[in-house]
Amino acid sequence: MLKIIQTRFKQGCRTLAFPKGKRPALPARYRGRPIIAGQGEALDLGSITFAPDTAIEYSQDFQMAVSLRKDLVLKGSELTLACVLNHEMLKIFGRSLKLRQVSAGGCNACELDLNVLNTPVFDLSRFGIQFVASPRHADGIVVTGPISRNMTEALLKTYEAVASPKIVIALGSCAISGGIFANTPEATNGLETLIPVDLFIPGCPPHPLTTLDGLLRLLGRIKKNSL
Amino acid sequence: MELFNNANIALTDIPLVTAKEFRAEIIRRSRGEARLVNLFGALEPDGGVRLFAILGFDEEAVLQILSTKIPENYPQFESLARELFQAQAFEREIAEQWAITPQGHPWLKPLRRHPNYRGVTDIWQNASPGSSPAQYPFYSVDGEEVHEVGVGPVHAGIIEPGHFRFQCHGEEILHLEIQLGYQHRGMERLMCGQDLKRTALLSESIAGDTSIGHSIAFCEVAESLSGCVISARAQAIRAVGLELERLANHVGDLGALGLDAGFLPTSAYFGRMRGDYLNLLLTITGNRFGKGLCRPGGVLFDIDVAMAEDLLRKLKQYKKEFDQVSDLLFSRPSVLARFEGTGTISMKTAKKIGLVGPASRASQLERDVRINYPSGIWQFHHIPISLAATGDVYARAIVRRQEVTRSIEFLLKILPSLPKGELLTTLPAMKPETLAIAMVEGWRGEIMHIGITDHQGSFTRYKIKDPSFHNWFGLSLAVRNQDISDFPLCNKSFNLSYCGHDL
Repeated sequence: MLKIIQTRFKQGCRTLAFPKGKRPALPARYRGRPIIAGQGEALDLGSITFAPDTAIEYSQDFQMAVSLRKDLVLKGSELTLACVLNHEMLKIFGRSLKLRQVSAGGCNACELDLNVLNTPVFDLSRFGIQFVASPRHADGIVVTGPISRNMTEALLKTYEAVASPKIVIALGSCAISGGIFANTPEATNGLETLIPVDLFIPGCPPHPLTTLDGLLRLLGRIKKNSL
Repeated sequence: MELFNNANIALTDIPLVTAKEFRAEIIRRSRGEARLVNLFGALEPDGGVRLFAILGFDEEAVLQILSTKIPENYPQFESLARELFQAQAFEREIAEQWAITPQGHPWLKPLRRHPNYRGVTDIWQNASPGSSPAQYPFYSVDGEEVHEVGVGPVHAGIIEPGHFRFQCHGEEILHLEIQLGYQHRGMERLMCGQDLKRTALLSESIAGDTSIGHSIAFCEVAESLSGCVISARAQAIRAVGLELERLANHVGDLGALGLDAGFLPTSAYFGRMRGDYLNLLLTITGNRFGKGLCRPGGVLFDIDVAMAEDLLRKLKQYKKEFDQVSDLLFSRPSVLARFEGTGTISMKTAKKIGLVGPASRASQLERDVRINYPSGIWQFHHIPISLAATGDVYARAIVRRQEVTRSIEFLLKILPSLPKGELLTTLPAMKPETLAIAMVEGWRGEIMHIGITDHQGSFTRYKIKDPSFHNWFGLSLAVRNQDISDFPLCNKSFNLSYCGHDL
């Protein structure tokens, strides 16, 4: 027991103040929201892989989650970030949101960085958001991966098992558009081709802060378009 | 024909023998020193399928390759699996991909469920697209008080999908059958006929938690085929990435093991520490999983002196924190009581089913690509092998602890004096009609990529093997005669990849 307490003191408290306090700084090489120079061609944040060896220039801005698929198609510097749920939904979910995660063909990177939100650094449960074991206990689902053919049926059954009204979140390029697997025989071109989606969180995988920012916007905990 | 890791060989130089000789040679060699490292098919222009076998001689660091031809009008061969258990999953894969029957296979069932690549009638008629991989008659046990527990594909945590069918007598597991395939994306076929820029991205998504391991293997195949020699600096930076990936995952696994043993403090600390290593990868590569680091010809990111110093300072700090929390975990009687004697795999069983990676080393098998088949920087820097003898959850945990320590020591050694050289060299065209092999010791174990080029020098067949391909059966055997409540602990002690298996 003493050893546990001693370790607790040595390890200290590491929870981020986010969304309060100073904006967390990410390393210079982090590839966040792309920078669109001038009136170039539109860039779809929902389908790019955020790879370094492309013509895209990236900023260190991690805030990218949106409510409408079309908002991910970036034309200028303005990105309409996710808006808060409607009044009815907010009344039900605003202080307690239980989510079921469904991995459908994901490479496990999105899943792992979603798991990270449960570590003491992000401590997701302090916002009343929790991942639960059964869709019957859930208010919504978070889907990752390009929805492989073999997983489609299980995904739809999980979706149906969640009581209405429910929230659907597409996490990562694959779930949003099929990503790198778009237009291939075993994958679909995104979750919205199957069910309606309330929140799109782009990235390959999205940084945990991108996901947290999106979830908090949905619940009205972050309102400004930028911190 | 003998080969080394990262070698390439013209297709015409690979010995082509009759099916009978093929079988006899594999069995003869496997009774001796060799193990079956790979067995796969590739479509021939005349509609037949050429089967390739790769045998590994771990002690001598050589691989043996041989092949046989399965004609289009006679799609079958005599199964090896009864005599050589390691072949069972490979043969099921061949049956599924090419609709070729391994005659006499003890349990010929689908591996991933997808239509075959020859466009003929599938062996399993109900393998129609969209049907669930779980729709097939599972092995069942009858008797009083015998019951069945089905889990998945959607699991309780934030993890990938797979289906588990337990046959239990009371609390005791009599048999666990694992059916995967839900994550199948057709990876091997997507890798063919594409430009290398897209293929490099795909290789990073074979298994996202092993992005660096798989992308190194892919790059080495492309470099071998094009005769490209990358600089010592690029090799060192790849190794830094690979070890950071290992550190992140091993530390995370120790946390998960603590959680499943019901000891929460260590799981919270290790969970956070895992993030520290991912953040180091973020600092170097701009991505927490190292996506974007490796490309054919070298790496895209440098580690300059200031960054190396920063990494060194942080690693020293992380090592201290890791030791502190490890001591806490491995000194708790309640944790040790759960770890010790749970999910035991004997050395004999491990050898028989062909385990690789930390799971094999926990059963005292000396299998580590960095030592057995060194390539790149591993030829000059040796990491001692980490072994344990008991083959239980404790052994798999302590091997991870040991490997974390050794990976940090390795990084502390190479970061202050990274060799000089250019980061990225241009890749010449790949040789036509050639086969190249690359093996990498990922954090889960032996990754093997094999690329075969067509007459124009682009991939016509690409074979991927994640260590999970061998090790899933190990999990099935580890839980046998254990309490069903020990399954999560056994599962975490292996922590296998679903997408790496399903491809």
